[in-house]
Amino acid sequence: MQEKIDIAKLGGVEEGKPKKPRPKLPRKEIACQDPKERIKNFNEVALGYTPEEAVYEAMRCLECPRPRCVVACPVHIDIPTFVGLIARGKFAEAAKDIRKYNSLPAVCGRVCPQENLCEAACILNDTNPGNPVAIGRLERFSADYLLSKENGNSVTPQIIHKTPYKVAVIGSGPSGLTCAAKLAKMGHTVHLFEALHKAGGVMMYGIPEFRLPKEIVQKEINYVKSLGVQVETNCIVGKTVPIDEIMEEYDAVYIGSGAGFPNMMKIPGENLGGIYSANEFLTRVNLMRAYEFPKTATPIRKPKRGVVVGAGFTAFDVVRIMLRLGAEHAEIVYRRTRKEMPGRGEEIEHSEEEGAVIRELTNPVRFIGDENGFVKAVEVQKMELGEPDSSGRRKPIPVPNSNFIIETDLVVIAIGQTPNVLIPSNLKGLSTRWGSVINVNRETYMTTVPKVFAGGDAITGAATVILAIRAATEASSAIDNFLRDPQRKWYPPEISEKR
Amino acid sequence: MFEIVSKNVLAENVIEMTFIAPRIAKAHKAGQFLILMNYEHSERIPLTIADSNKETGEVTIVFLVVGFSTKELAEKFNVGDKLYSVVGPLGTPTHIEKFGKVVVIGGGLGVAPIYPICKSLKEVGNEVISIIGFRSKDLMFWKERIENVSSKTIVTTDDGSFGIKGFVTTALQKLYDEGEKIDRVIAIGPPIMMKNVAKMTEPWKIPTWVSLNTIMVDGTGMCGGCRLEIGGETKFVCVDGPDFDGHKVNWEEMEIRMKVYKTEESLILKDHQCKIGLK
Repeated sequence: MQEKIDIAKLGGVEEGKPKKPRPKLPRKEIACQDPKERIKNFNEVALGYTPEEAVYEAMRCLECPRPRCVVACPVHIDIPTFVGLIARGKFAEAAKDIRKYNSLPAVCGRVCPQENLCEAACILNDTNPGNPVAIGRLERFSADYLLSKENGNSVTPQIIHKTPYKVAVIGSGPSGLTCAAKLAKMGHTVHLFEALHKAGGVMMYGIPEFRLPKEIVQKEINYVKSLGVQVETNCIVGKTVPIDEIMEEYDAVYIGSGAGFPNMMKIPGENLGGIYSANEFLTRVNLMRAYEFPKTATPIRKPKRGVVVGAGFTAFDVVRIMLRLGAEHAEIVYRRTRKEMPGRGEEIEHSEEEGAVIRELTNPVRFIGDENGFVKAVEVQKMELGEPDSSGRRKPIPVPNSNFIIETDLVVIAIGQTPNVLIPSNLKGLSTRWGSVINVNRETYMTTVPKVFAGGDAITGAATVILAIRAATEASSAIDNFLRDPQRKWYPPEISEKR
Repeated sequence: MFEIVSKNVLAENVIEMTFIAPRIAKAHKAGQFLILMNYEHSERIPLTIADSNKETGEVTIVFLVVGFSTKELAEKFNVGDKLYSVVGPLGTPTHIEKFGKVVVIGGGLGVAPIYPICKSLKEVGNEVISIIGFRSKDLMFWKERIENVSSKTIVTTDDGSFGIKGFVTTALQKLYDEGEKIDRVIAIGPPIMMKNVAKMTEPWKIPTWVSLNTIMVDGTGMCGGCRLEIGGETKFVCVDGPDFDGHKVNWEEMEIRMKVYKTEESLILKDHQCKIGLK
């Protein structure tokens, strides 16, 4: 049963009455665990809005007739509508409305870089700079509300028309789950394959509990399952089941296998004990819950002085985990400056509040081991910025004779991931670039192999959750068109003759 | 899924376990491994597949009780119980072709994974000479099984309680001295044994392949925890291996990387002995 929401008491819009927006009120901050406390636990840092706070924030929205936020959202969530529903006390309905566009709202409300997308476009910035409607927090609030009411038992939306078509989706990360959910809603039979023992991909192994609780991820997956998607974990396509068999059995295949292969520095000493790829460090901590060791069985080396190489999302997650594992000192070593850091503003801020140190213009040249083969120091060199490179950022150049030593007992290399070669190397005729990034037609998401589509990080290299969701959303429409096309026309990507 | 259908104690701390995993049984080729988990929050344990049956969907592993998770598997799981997760087959299968005369060496637990390799080698017409080594007669297992897929089987024991007294390398040296023309050596066992075999065959210029069992998490090339220098290049054992040219392996690095969690391992064993009553 729905609990009764007294919207008048919460300061919202009562039934049958017009909304009087309050855009001039300051944006409602989200309550966070105190930095001193939170580095002692893995619980979520941002605590989420209370109903009062959500209604307050929703009342700030003008519900523009031509909303710029919707244009800026990669999946074009109808933001004024869902925010309006929150202002009217219809919290569950708000989340259900978001689900029309995005099957993972509780995830996106937490990890989407709204400050560069919907919130950057919000009209309130024009008159009250830096005070856009907190769209992400409202998305999270309504999604959490709905998930808690559903309690793992989502009510399956009426699936209008069951088609005879079967689609295999490879990978259960943001892109695979989204594609599977959309196709299921369109009436197709969907089988989702996951290599690990838990579905969720990067949301389970990559993003830490304190930014994205795993229970939330599993609830979102339960919703996708409630749409009729069959999820098979422990199944590696190309190993456990041959790709040929998948190709025979299904009318279409969607590859959403992400970017799970770690880039390494390739400098001396990198194979010493105590040096991890970000993937290994994060998988042990997040998926295998090594932070609860020995209650759980997967170990992790606990640092005293941790060093993270790189400054993307992942690097900040790693440095914050190091502090939570009890590091006295944990630092980011980055070859460029703060200005070029790809990490999200909020994450950088949270990391520094927690005591992380950022060392700019520094790059490791080798790792030095102790007598037992464990890392004890990193030799680094100073860098300076030269001309912009292909990424548009100024290229770091080593400063001669500037080497020095940083003592450490744990190093994590977080300099990016590329897609795994497993599927490309097992699927004949699949065109890739840079060895493993799958080439697709950017309109149809078709690969060079008939009936095989791809999306997410598998076609771009490591990017964000929301971009993977956008690709999957667009690909699901393309797959639907293809399945319903009697001629099954194929529009592969144009591949230049040169490699 | 993953229901245990048989469990035998082959020797002290050596357990043979067979469970139902039809997809793995169907896809398995000699030299591949799997990763299993006891419970939801258990470790992912990589184990070489010792046998499989496509018809019944059964997969057999043989494991040594070495640490907390294998101890838990040995003590808490019996016929009828289900494993939380099993995934595979992982890794690149052992390269099988007609080489001529192949000496296949299994040391201790390594005797189990050489069984499917001997079988496959024999099927394509190789002459297979097996050398299986144990610390003593009490720890010997699968002798008949290996004999069935080999043209000749030599047993060694460290203490001389059965077969030749000495190590597998004692028997290998003997074969070489007797003038056997060996086209290839395949060795699976403890790192020190594989290293010694590789060092022995290097001056003889006999291609020698070993199967490495490094620490890993996912087994699909994602974590890189299994990485090791092979021929001057870093390789991932889980996807590039587990079989490598024994003459190219950096054995010193292998030794270091195997010991990375020694401290933590003793911690969890101690912790759980008091709490859940593992012996």
